[in-house]
Amino acid sequence: MSNQEFKPVLLGRVGRPNSQSLESYQADGGYKALAKALSMANTDVIETVKASGLRGRGGAGFPTGLKWTFLPKDINGPVYLCINGDESEPGTFNNRVLIEEDPHQVLEGIVISSFATRTTTAYFYLRYEYGRCYRVLKKAIDEMYANNLLGKNILGSGYDLDIHLHRGACAYICGEETGLIESLEGKRAWPRIKPPFPAIEGAFRRPTVVNNVETMACIPHILNNGPEWFMSMGIPKDPNNPRDAGSYGPKLYCISGHVNKPGLVELPMGITARDLIDKHAGGVWKGRKAKAVVPGGISMGFMSEAELDTPLDFAGPGRVGCLGLGTAAVIVVDDHTSMVDVLYNACRFFAHESCGQCTPCREGTAWSTKILERIRQGHGKLSDIDTLLEISASIGTIPGTTICGLADGAAWPIKTAINKFRPEFEEYIKSGRKSEARQLAGAH
Amino acid sequence: MPKVIVNDVEIEADSKDNCILAARKAGVEIPHYCWHEELSVVASCRMCLVEVGEKKPDGTIVMGPKLVPGCQTPIKDGTVIRTDSQKVKTSQGQTLEFLLLNHPLDCSICDQAGECYLQDYTYKYGKAKSRLDEPKIQREDKYHIGEQIALFTDRCVMCTRCVRFTREISGTAELQVVARGSHEEIDVFPDQPCNNKLAGNVVDLCPVGALCSKDFLYKKRVWWLKSADSVCTGCSTGCSIHVDQNEDKIYRLRPRANPEAQGHFMCDEGRFGFKYIHSENRILAPRIAGTSGASANAAGTVSLNDVSFADPWKMTLDATRKKIKDSLEASGSTFMVVFSPFMTVEEAYLLASYAKKVDTKVRLVLGPVPVAGEDDCYPKGPDGSAPEPSKVKFTIRAEKCPNRLGVEAVLRHFQGEVLHLDRIANLAKATVVYVVGGYPSEWATPGVLAAIGTPSLLIVQDIFESPLSQKANIVLAAGSFAERDGTYVNHAGLAQSTNAAIRSPGEARADGRILFDLAERKGLFNAMSLRKEIGAAIPALKVLAAGDLGEKGLRLNAQIKQPVAAR
Repeated sequence: MSNQEFKPVLLGRVGRPNSQSLESYQADGGYKALAKALSMANTDVIETVKASGLRGRGGAGFPTGLKWTFLPKDINGPVYLCINGDESEPGTFNNRVLIEEDPHQVLEGIVISSFATRTTTAYFYLRYEYGRCYRVLKKAIDEMYANNLLGKNILGSGYDLDIHLHRGACAYICGEETGLIESLEGKRAWPRIKPPFPAIEGAFRRPTVVNNVETMACIPHILNNGPEWFMSMGIPKDPNNPRDAGSYGPKLYCISGHVNKPGLVELPMGITARDLIDKHAGGVWKGRKAKAVVPGGISMGFMSEAELDTPLDFAGPGRVGCLGLGTAAVIVVDDHTSMVDVLYNACRFFAHESCGQCTPCREGTAWSTKILERIRQGHGKLSDIDTLLEISASIGTIPGTTICGLADGAAWPIKTAINKFRPEFEEYIKSGRKSEARQLAGAH
Repeated sequence: MPKVIVNDVEIEADSKDNCILAARKAGVEIPHYCWHEELSVVASCRMCLVEVGEKKPDGTIVMGPKLVPGCQTPIKDGTVIRTDSQKVKTSQGQTLEFLLLNHPLDCSICDQAGECYLQDYTYKYGKAKSRLDEPKIQREDKYHIGEQIALFTDRCVMCTRCVRFTREISGTAELQVVARGSHEEIDVFPDQPCNNKLAGNVVDLCPVGALCSKDFLYKKRVWWLKSADSVCTGCSTGCSIHVDQNEDKIYRLRPRANPEAQGHFMCDEGRFGFKYIHSENRILAPRIAGTSGASANAAGTVSLNDVSFADPWKMTLDATRKKIKDSLEASGSTFMVVFSPFMTVEEAYLLASYAKKVDTKVRLVLGPVPVAGEDDCYPKGPDGSAPEPSKVKFTIRAEKCPNRLGVEAVLRHFQGEVLHLDRIANLAKATVVYVVGGYPSEWATPGVLAAIGTPSLLIVQDIFESPLSQKANIVLAAGSFAERDGTYVNHAGLAQSTNAAIRSPGEARADGRILFDLAERKGLFNAMSLRKEIGAAIPALKVLAAGDLGEKGLRLNAQIKQPVAAR
């Protein structure tokens, strides 16, 4: 299936009149997948999702069905499903569109997933800043209760489910799986040490699954169309790499930055960054060329112009030194922009959002920001570049020095920017000039 | 017992140990800030990162790819811990550089200097120079954080030990982290300072100089302090403590970790309750009513190398013995000795055996046992309620004395029963009374005075002047707990040795020395040899025969446990 022919699945109903209402969703065939799932055994639902190869859309790309199977087999007492709607990775806005435009698609996925995991209470953790999402979701949930899609004995199946809509605590770290759970419990969103993993001990010390909004939106379609249909899209697993789980299904790509037509597009997994920019975002703005592209949210690091033919699937960005696909939020930086400013902006974001729990992240993110600030003031030293590299190598879960991945996300932009654009940094420092971009957008 | 290999040395560890504890058993220190035995594991300081691997049954060793926090990583049979590899050392150096980035390095005016883990670890594992060119983050000091504690905010390394202490041990949860990232700080809610009865412990828990004791602040450099292992006498919990002194002045008490006694902590009542030792009202010299100083000196001369010294104690004790003997020869005379629950076992034994020797009909009586309110258990619930008995982590006991059980055991041995001073009103008043005090506060209440009455010979051995000492014929200047060597038996029957930290003020002497000389025993008072003697003589105190009770003390037989005497 070529990209031109691709008919959006997750965004299929976006833009239709009254697309948020239950009536219109049901008119388009909504909640049939739920009825189907409720007629199946919950383990069969898990097997279906497992067979589809669906990987979590939140950033880490962990296979969703496999995650569900980590729940203890014989559980006494409640299991919880937390929906991670704390979308705060810079450049990412797919959850927002899904919720605002087609909330029932997400909610149907939640009910099916809850049924599959034998959850009777689901928590929808929604980013606080998403006010419209909150109102839309609240209305949609009320509609569901009124129509026996939530509450007791859903659709006469005997299955009960409540969804609690919880507004987040305005912090990037609340989107980290265990930070989210802590925040949900009413505490500071300090990520937990693992083990125990949430599947064993999560929210309120009960087995818990945390899934992303976009992942939930995929579930009804998998139930309706079958796992083979889902696997017909995307990049199959690498037969030479047993650890590769493949990249299947449709994916929402958020395109922002210096392009003519920023926005959200849905495509099968694996489009190259160059095609995405040129064919779906109207190319780089003002007739300029791209200098650097973020493949999936700022924490994934940067790709250079030469690397733009990398496919944006779960494995692609990693091959060019990026952390991964992340949230597939592509940010384009044009060739008139200084990488020093770009990196400073990224570092400032992470210094602001570091929760402050682990020493390397708390101090490393702030320190790197201070160094870049000084370089931008025209007082840089060439040794600063190596210091920045050393900081980026010494923070994160990958060297093992922090509890969660925030520090990796802070380190990767530094590593990739310096490794790929080192001459620019050196030239900038030697010139001793001050940054012209005094006011930067983004991190507050 | 799982076998663990620490830096190529195989040791046996406990299956509940983490890597830090296992390495400690091999004599290897894994540096750490946030981890503390009594608190939950947060693994956030990242100072304790080590390489961990596994020795397979075939003998090959497979190391993990990443560094892991030693505090969070449990051990099992075959665990391999490496703390000396370049990877670990680099990580330690980097973590310390991070911790020191915004640290003010004001060691020269910091109370913690000399016992600071930031100093020690930097010396051992750190780098000499910071590469931070930018200004450090400066923060306001917070003197308001508690009545007894001050927070020097910019010295903090955010280990959150103090926060966890107030949540998990005191249950009062006054302290918390505010703000985020490198700007985060420890703070309290407005007008809700950290004033719980265990608050002083956060100062000990703080590995750096951030939380300081206002009481100790700027009083003494810690390297001038000499420390003695002692036991707190504030209540019958009998917390193991360090008494830190310099030139016979006590500057602070600190808890000494002892799982047998109280754990790692102590209450503020005990911690700051030592001030009476240096009170101006201490009795500084022995005296005999109606004699002048000159004659006393003349009578109490001792000679050494043909030089004569005036010895007021020799004079006083000679006179005391003589007066007791003379008074008891009078017809109808009765002898009563009042013991204090602040006496050590050794002192009680010396006095009881002396009294029995002088007069077999002597009445041995236990003086007032101070009790205040109810046992105060922690952690408190959110509403300030006491925890369930199984969840108690610390108890401040209502019985405000250290050694009722020990003294009672001695009295029971010599007399078969324990008489209480407030329950002898129906007995005839004694004509010769020897009273031992040593209470930290006023104890000679009208009730006590009435029970003692007006004997023809009253001997008072105490640390403070009181209505009783005013009417005494002989006053013996005694010692406080910090001046005594001996044994206390706590509420649970744990016998702990306490060691003298300071010399008594003036001519005052620790009670043990007074009683040893009064009994005309040969040699010098020595708690260890007396313990052996007591252990042999008193079956209930048999464990004392060991002489050395160790740092943690030894438990007596179960039968010594007695409920708090009803009053």
